[in-house]
Amino acid sequence: MRKHLIVAVAVVLLAPALLVPGLARALEITRVTSPGGIEAWLVEDHRNPILTLTFSFRGGESSDPAGKEGRARMVAGLLDEGAGDLDSIAFQKSLADNSISLGFRSRADRFNGSLTTLTETRDAAVELLRLAVSAPRFDDEPVARIRAQIEASLRRDLQQPRTIAGRAWWSANFPDHPYGRSGDGTLDSVAAITRDDLVGFVADTLARDSLLVSAVGDITAEELGVLLDQAFGALPATAAVAETLDRAPALQGETLVIETEIPQSVVTFGQPGLAREDPDWYAASLLNRVMAGGFGSRLTTEIREKRGLVYGVWAYLLPLDHAPLMMGGLATQNARVAESIDLVRQEWQRMAADGPTAEELETARTYTLGSFPLNLTDSDGVASILLSMQEGDLAIDYLDNRRALFEAVTLEDARRVARELYKPEALTVVVVGKPEGITPTRPAPGG
Amino acid sequence: MRIASAVSRLALVIAVAATVSVGLVSVGMSTGARAAVFEPKTFTLDNGLEVVVIENDRVPVVSHMVWYKVGSADEPRGKSGIAHFLEHLMFKGTETIEPGGFSDIIRAIGGRENAFTSYDYTGYYQNVAREDLGRMMELEADRMVNLRLTDELVAPELDVVLEERRSRVDNSPGSLHWEQVNAATYLSYPYRIPVIGWETEIRALTRQDALDFYEDWYAPNNAVLVVAGDVTVDEVRKLAERTYGVIPARPVPDRIALRGSEPPQLAARRVEGTNPRVDQPSWSRRWLAPGRVWGDAALISPLEVAAEILGGGSTSRLYRSLVIDQALAVSAGAGYSAGGLGPQGFVVYASPRADVSIADLEQAVDGELDHLLSEGVTDEEVASAITRMERAAIFARDDSLAPARLFGAELASGGTIADIEDWPERIAGVTPEAVNAALRAILVPQRSVTSILRPEPAS
Repeated sequence: MRKHLIVAVAVVLLAPALLVPGLARALEITRVTSPGGIEAWLVEDHRNPILTLTFSFRGGESSDPAGKEGRARMVAGLLDEGAGDLDSIAFQKSLADNSISLGFRSRADRFNGSLTTLTETRDAAVELLRLAVSAPRFDDEPVARIRAQIEASLRRDLQQPRTIAGRAWWSANFPDHPYGRSGDGTLDSVAAITRDDLVGFVADTLARDSLLVSAVGDITAEELGVLLDQAFGALPATAAVAETLDRAPALQGETLVIETEIPQSVVTFGQPGLAREDPDWYAASLLNRVMAGGFGSRLTTEIREKRGLVYGVWAYLLPLDHAPLMMGGLATQNARVAESIDLVRQEWQRMAADGPTAEELETARTYTLGSFPLNLTDSDGVASILLSMQEGDLAIDYLDNRRALFEAVTLEDARRVARELYKPEALTVVVVGKPEGITPTRPAPGG
Repeated sequence: MRIASAVSRLALVIAVAATVSVGLVSVGMSTGARAAVFEPKTFTLDNGLEVVVIENDRVPVVSHMVWYKVGSADEPRGKSGIAHFLEHLMFKGTETIEPGGFSDIIRAIGGRENAFTSYDYTGYYQNVAREDLGRMMELEADRMVNLRLTDELVAPELDVVLEERRSRVDNSPGSLHWEQVNAATYLSYPYRIPVIGWETEIRALTRQDALDFYEDWYAPNNAVLVVAGDVTVDEVRKLAERTYGVIPARPVPDRIALRGSEPPQLAARRVEGTNPRVDQPSWSRRWLAPGRVWGDAALISPLEVAAEILGGGSTSRLYRSLVIDQALAVSAGAGYSAGGLGPQGFVVYASPRADVSIADLEQAVDGELDHLLSEGVTDEEVASAITRMERAAIFARDDSLAPARLFGAELASGGTIADIEDWPERIAGVTPEAVNAALRAILVPQRSVTSILRPEPAS
């Protein structure tokens, strides 16, 4: 963290020279450091009297103790249910009366929050945010209520074929690792979470040293500096989040089946991917467009357009902090799921063998570059890009260089990365349904 | 809570009408003259195409949408699903564009596209850089009149639609139950038929059915063009005249007459289902309420305020009483939107905690509703709801493209520009007396449809 001697707020303005004209205006990113040393990235925009703040801390569901899965999720549901002198009803009334949106969300390795407020109610919003992160109450009534809501949501989700397939995939591939245990929790684990567990998560996780903040909207750098100290200044300086170990998926090329009486089989598949900081990330990202970027992509063309096998088929890079992966899925009638999975493997094989064509690579590139501004049409979109840049440890001028990074990917690079990345023999597939013509290679976990 | 269903070509489901117009449209503070919400510019081409432009230069992109005033409620008897199937087939090429060719062009320029079908409308859109707007308008105008379909293209797409139905409905106990409830809600009005269609009828749809529906309804005088984003009305007018403007108008059927009306409901209805794939029970009740054409329009704004008081979030009456104070439910709320031509629903819903029976939950909801109807809402509740609803408009202006959807949905389902732009003024004028009168007019026991979905009892 940089030190500042006299000025209350240090401002580094980076003119995004290489962005298309007009886009530059939307994305003048300012690095703001508060008097207390808290940093945020800001895009000032005064056209509407709205401020959007998004932030995250390191440490999320992967730090839930075994048997207490769902702890981070439950904290996320409870931070706005009473804090400081305000009980749950008073806190929620203050949010509603002032039209303030304040919410929290747990992820695998981080814990996120977001605040949206009108300028006229900003002081109240910042005070509610301060209370939520530094003085949550965890009173009995809201704890019981949110626990009941999470349990109801689990009873729904655990009947969803997609949830069942996903949980089986993760559990089979990450035994004895936090990624193998669902951060959403189970009925047993959520019932076992105590108030002390919730207080402990807050004490260990919500600290200034891992806090990343982005702000978009009707606020100046100076005002934001003051706000940051008000909102987050009371947090402890350092977090105490245990390190999660890096881990590769345990299975290679296995097929698991969970028999369920449904007319359509739901499939999740995955294999090792590559990390966000890998220099081949940009090539891999273009390859994924070629493979699974909606209409015109290989999977959609072969499986949906030509054969009518699915409504949706998808694949994506998932660069988790401790296990970079490439995941995907589809859903199709039980009689044709075997054919659909074979087609995915064939496309994997073809990509590994030949890579993309020059034309496919170019289309993926022009799409990736051209579509970026569509993420910036509202404050939430801009704020979440600023936050994910910080989470990915990208430089504040990354967007100036983004075009060049994608333009530097040659057809040879793409072919090499395709060969290294796409491993049809490594794809592990989980099918939920009554699939015909599929023989599982091993039993599904717990089933 | 699903209040209206919409079906789209890819993953996108346009937000249910209720959330679109209850939450999003409003402006200004509660004193003095109110500014309009989005200040759209409008004009109509000689061929009858209505055009709405919402200028916003936040980012150099635009949303280009064409909304046809035809949806699943306008399908011929026995052809359910044809509106949605045609929506899929509109991507299969024209006299001059290869199948998938329009999508290829969009992808190469980094645009995003989708399409969606609801009871009252069918919409197509592309979000692209502003310099690509003209090309999008040429291509969208082209497929308004030049669609070409072959059996080779139609057959696999029918399979795609059947998979879509399996994903959305057949694999989902909640959606299957909802179809039953919805069919029981309407005696006659075509909203009783699911947007995606009944499976047996989808299977029988043909290329000719799609072309017939296209010929009947897809015409410039039966469409609304909406462009939002970094563009001016003058630019849009020039492009629209050159592209859509050359398409001749032609007669389209009178859909309001074809749909018929909904006879009065004289007896309460209950639809109770069980399913082995349900673990968390749910309960809801619906009463028919005014839409843009059906029902008493004077009740609309008071009912919108009533829904906010009764069920808008965790400070609402139902949440406070059932979820917090009595600890009977995990969720509870209410919803209403007038966005739609025909009879809409005023809905109240709740889902019980693990140790609470549906019967006890229903009794508690009845208690809240009885109390509401006998004692009425308070001045403070109304004032506070109005403030929240008015402030929502400022937030609605944040997204430079989203207003295109609001205007398209409103104009394609019987509404007007004023229904959006004057909404804050109408909401601000709602009195507690009007809310109470509207609730008493609509929440009549014999006109209710109650839905229960519970786990299959252990055998």
